[in-house]
Amino acid sequence: MNKKTKNAVFYGIIGLLSALALISLIMIVGFILIKGLPGITPEFLTQSPSKMGKEGGILPIIIGTLYVTLVALVIATPIGVAAAIYFNEYSRDTRGVRMIRFFTEVLAGIPSIIFGLFGFAFFVVFLGLGWSVLSGGLTLTIMILPTLIRATEESLKTVPMSYREGSLSLGATKWQTIIKVTLPCCKSGVLTGLILGMGRAIGETAAVMLTIGGSMRMAESLLDPTRTMALHLYMIASEGVSEEKTYATAALLIIIVLIINTIANQISRSMIKLS
Amino acid sequence: MKSYEKAIEKLILISAIVTTVSVALITVFIFKTGMPILLQYGVMDFITGTDWSPTNEIFGIMPLIIGTLAVTLGALIIGVPTGIACAVYLSEIASKKTAGPFKAAIELLAGIPSVVYGFFGLIVLVPAIRNYILPIFQKFNPELNTSGFSILAGAVILAIMILPTIVSLSENAITAVPHEFREASLALGANKRETIMKVIVPAAKSGIFSSVILAMGRAIGETMAVLLITGNVAQMPGSILDPVATLTGTIAMEMSYAGPTHQQALFAIGIILFIIIMLLNILAQAVMKKMGGVNG
Repeated sequence: MNKKTKNAVFYGIIGLLSALALISLIMIVGFILIKGLPGITPEFLTQSPSKMGKEGGILPIIIGTLYVTLVALVIATPIGVAAAIYFNEYSRDTRGVRMIRFFTEVLAGIPSIIFGLFGFAFFVVFLGLGWSVLSGGLTLTIMILPTLIRATEESLKTVPMSYREGSLSLGATKWQTIIKVTLPCCKSGVLTGLILGMGRAIGETAAVMLTIGGSMRMAESLLDPTRTMALHLYMIASEGVSEEKTYATAALLIIIVLIINTIANQISRSMIKLS
Repeated sequence: MKSYEKAIEKLILISAIVTTVSVALITVFIFKTGMPILLQYGVMDFITGTDWSPTNEIFGIMPLIIGTLAVTLGALIIGVPTGIACAVYLSEIASKKTAGPFKAAIELLAGIPSVVYGFFGLIVLVPAIRNYILPIFQKFNPELNTSGFSILAGAVILAIMILPTIVSLSENAITAVPHEFREASLALGANKRETIMKVIVPAAKSGIFSSVILAMGRAIGETMAVLLITGNVAQMPGSILDPVATLTGTIAMEMSYAGPTHQQALFAIGIILFIIIMLLNILAQAVMKKMGGVNG
């Protein structure tokens, strides 16, 4: 082979494989949106399911998803932000801190089904919370912590040292500096972490499957069982209940993911502009 | 004022420890629940046993390990070259204008919930394998048959799912290769292809390698997609068109109806899975450090 054909083959393969990746994305998103969008009607969004999800809408499931996600975010946000503050503002590079960091990485790598097993053994059985919004939310809390910590820490790092020094030299204490100067500078980073965590919580299925029960009825308290959209999609897809409803649920999930990605991108773009 | 600050510092330290405590709790509870049956049944028998029939209290997870390995290997065979090609394209070939949207698309791929991938596989890929791929295979082996639920289906979907991990980490590694490397290679008369193949990719190999290890961890740990499309039959597969059950899929599927002993066995699978993932993560980190990864 001469140089010219070698080049052609090389660029050909790279182009082909890259196109393949792009095409598979477009195919998956396009196919599900085309098949599912017609099914997302006002009734679908505002009614309760009937006949095991065959008819009606998915309102209790949307609400259930919101509850579970909200529980996870409300608990994980303060802990995650505080942990990031610790890593970036307080900690020194000691062996203990390196260990904590290591375990945060480890937590991020644990498969969701293991979180599910743990949530079941710990929250559902050991703490006696049963299959409930709370058990699912707490399990998701642990799952999204690494995401939150990482995003917050990244943005804390971008705050110039001179801001902190300026505040400290004016007589503010360390904590006052963090609350009044450092944190406000990285609002958008925290927000990105929150949104990414939210995306993860909404899309998660395996962990939720073993901890929230899967009831289709409207959850009335934190201790009621419920079902999230992702879990609902799995259940009606595997049971083959109704094609139309399954497509519609999948399309709704994709739309939510699209919105979340767009917002996160927008925020990080404005962040880059600022810095 | 001073004591107030101290109290807050304590509170923040406690928050930082939450992740460590969580890992400890997860380890304790998975091991505590799964260990008794593992010891009672015998660790070796549990891992090397080729028969998984929980109703008869026979717990050999070899078929599940083979299932997981087959699907993961298939995903890597398809996903690794594709992912590296995308990373090379993004960092070395594409203009800024095309790289932006391409990157956004890959990120979107990472955001799509795994159950959606599984559903897509179930509704598109599984029938396609049954109707279009099977006849091709039958030309070589007429006795072959498949429902479409298969290693192949799982491998293809997992390959798409691990792409973002490979692409973004490999791209980081390639971008981190110092500019002088490129310039020196070009100055010696190498063209762009030679520079990429002989200088840049080799220089970024530790980053690329660890991205592959992490992707492997993701494929092994993935549950919902494989659950919907691999068929969940705990048997030794004869071909890539045969159905398999994976470690994760078996846990997810059987937890809902498992009796006490069966449930313990599922937690024991969790222990094995946990150990595999831990080893892979440690390996990935070690590779980054040891090979002096440019971005490690």
